Amino acid sequence: MTIRAAGTRSRLDPEPVARRDVLGLASLLSAAAALLLSAFGMLRLPKPGVLASAGKKYRVSLPEALPAGEPYTPPGRAVALFRDAQGVWAVSLVCTHLGCIVRPSAQGFECPCHGSRFGPDGSVIKGPAPKALPWLKVTASGGGFLVDEGATVAPGTRVSS
Amino acid sequence: MNRQLTASRALQEFRNNLRQAPRRILESAFRSGRPVSDRARALFVFGNVFLHLHPVRVHRWSLRWTTTLGLGVAGAAAFLLTLVTGVLLMFYYKPYPDVAYQSIKDLHFVVPTGRFIRNIHRWAGNVMVVTVLLHMARVFYTAAYRKPREFNWLVGLALLVLTLALAFTGYLLPWDQLAYWAITIGANIAQSPRELTDALGITSWFDPGGLQRLLLLGSDTVGAEALIRFYLLHVMILPLVLAALLAVHFWRVRKDGGLARPPDADRRLPPLPGNTYPVFTEAPQKTYQVVAIVRGRTPVVGAGPENTLPSMPHLLYAELAVFMLVVFICLALSLAWDAPLKEIANPLVPENPAKAPWYFLGIQELVSYSAFMGGLGIPLLALLGLGLIPYLDREQEGTGEWFAGPGGARLAGLSALFGFAAVVAVEAFAIRFGWIREWFPEAPQLLVTLINPATLLTLAYALFSLWILRRYDSVRAGAVALFTCFLCGFVVTTVIGTFFRGPNWVFYWSAADWPAH
Ligand code: HEM
Ligand code: FES
Repeated sequence: MTIRAAGTRSRLDPEPVARRDVLGLASLLSAAAALLLSAFGMLRLPKPGVLASAGKKYRVSLPEALPAGEPYTPPGRAVALFRDAQGVWAVSLVCTHLGCIVRPSAQGFECPCHGSRFGPDGSVIKGPAPKALPWLKVTASGGGFLVDEGATVAPGTRVSS
Repeated sequence: MNRQLTASRALQEFRNNLRQAPRRILESAFRSGRPVSDRARALFVFGNVFLHLHPVRVHRWSLRWTTTLGLGVAGAAAFLLTLVTGVLLMFYYKPYPDVAYQSIKDLHFVVPTGRFIRNIHRWAGNVMVVTVLLHMARVFYTAAYRKPREFNWLVGLALLVLTLALAFTGYLLPWDQLAYWAITIGANIAQSPRELTDALGITSWFDPGGLQRLLLLGSDTVGAEALIRFYLLHVMILPLVLAALLAVHFWRVRKDGGLARPPDADRRLPPLPGNTYPVFTEAPQKTYQVVAIVRGRTPVVGAGPENTLPSMPHLLYAELAVFMLVVFICLALSLAWDAPLKEIANPLVPENPAKAPWYFLGIQELVSYSAFMGGLGIPLLALLGLGLIPYLDREQEGTGEWFAGPGGARLAGLSALFGFAAVVAVEAFAIRFGWIREWFPEAPQLLVTLINPATLLTLAYALFSLWILRRYDSVRAGAVALFTCFLCGFVVTTVIGTFFRGPNWVFYWSAADWPAH
């Protein structure tokens, strides 16, 4: 309860906006707008335009003696290449769950991180992985093969040399 | 003659002042003198920019050690320790892949005291996570978040998130196998909204997950860009934001009238010891508060002197004691156990099992059912629920007291029982029988994302709490049930993730049963 004489204004009453306050309001709003815009501008910087990662296309030559259905992993790559009578294919070894590298096993592939298992064609048979391991684009090129980790193909697609 | 005299007097004065200078420098810095009288003690506190975060006098209820268990102060103490040791580590640490690993190795094996400092940093970080979690639980179980402290609860939640973010970003910096794979998993959790957008087929034009991961890593793999980002966050952005919010947090504790206490606290405290210096010697039976006058409230008339004691020494010495205890614990842990350093990061061979730091292993356990739900969905839901607590529970009963309110300690115990049983049952079922994917490999992913052990457990907890809310006809009772259940879920999943998961995330009763490689 505040006690005051009738007709006087209290410091608790809201102050009316005087005409000269328009100037103050304008500066306030312009500052807010500038802040917002510059925030957007500054947030744009951390999103890279070009990714500084290793090339995704590379040439591979399969060992002559690679038995049918045995995996071959090019050094330094998370990819398994296979060969059988119909041709060659490549399966990505990056787990579709949370990105660990899966290991080829007798029954297909298994992930060490949360126990996802994949069949020989990459389809999920157990665990939390939401998607099959993708098949990567392979093209025959001058006796070897060109693998493109950036492009996927339908499972079952093979390339003959 | 006259000139000569004045000159020598100035010389005399110069010599005198020089002799007095050290004492005067001290006096000008600490103007209050020795804190021997009540007045000097007050000056000692509010005349010092660092100490004046404290009130001049504290209520005796706040000083009982059972009120806070010193947990907030312990968290702040651990934060201080990480700051000091972290700056020391920065003398040698170099945030570039492989070089980073070598610099940590140098710190560990070559730099004088390097290993000890690194250990303290690691342990103090762990102690900080533990104490902040316990502090939150104490604030919850004493219902200290209620009006006018709602907003400080929110500030506290932000501090909790920042604490965990600091722990997470720091974990990558050694660039060893442990670090690399924990962060790979973490970054892919950031990307996990794709589990949902992929299932709905909209990822090509709406991909918040991909954007989050890109912003976090600055690239499409964990590499040099990711390391410098994590470094920047860990040594600069997060500590600065945390320190600023900490100032807000402390300031609000004061502005909200000190710590929460029951309305009848004064009656329940034992009488003041006889040798206590009274607050008002001339007994003007009313107290003015500047804040009260600004807000147009009348001064408190007839309330009498409050049941308070001077902060210096009562509060400050108690804080110092808690600080020393934390220092002691961190030093003892650092002498007993070295911070781990595995082999250098190898992007082609995951650590097996790849485990995040222990406080994220509960989440990792949930993630092993669904990346999105376990990693983002449920944690965000829990955070939202925590944030809403003070705005949903507007009751009065039991504020400032342990397990007071409706249901009391019995309700907390009952909820703990249910929370424990539910999480053990769900985990045991999933470990024994597997889940949808094993039974129906063709099942749509959306089904697995929505219905999995993690979401079912959350649902069970929510239903139980609703039932409690209706039975006790109290929102606070429902909140106690939910909070307790989640606490149990967190503890049990963390224990399972830490001690019972082996290679390929398979359940083992003991690490001795792990298959040899
Ligand atoms: C970096 C983390 C944090 C630090 C260093 C910190 C520190 C403190 C300190 C020193 C106090 C004084 C009382 C006490 O020691 O218990 C306090 C009070 C409080 N804290 Fe925190 N805190 C942190 C995080 C949190 C979190 C996660 C929450 C809850 C979500 C929270 C909510 C509160 C509330 C509501 C109070 C007032 C309690 C009362 O009036 O009894 N704080 N905090
Ligand atoms: S990353 Fe493969 S199962 Fe989680």
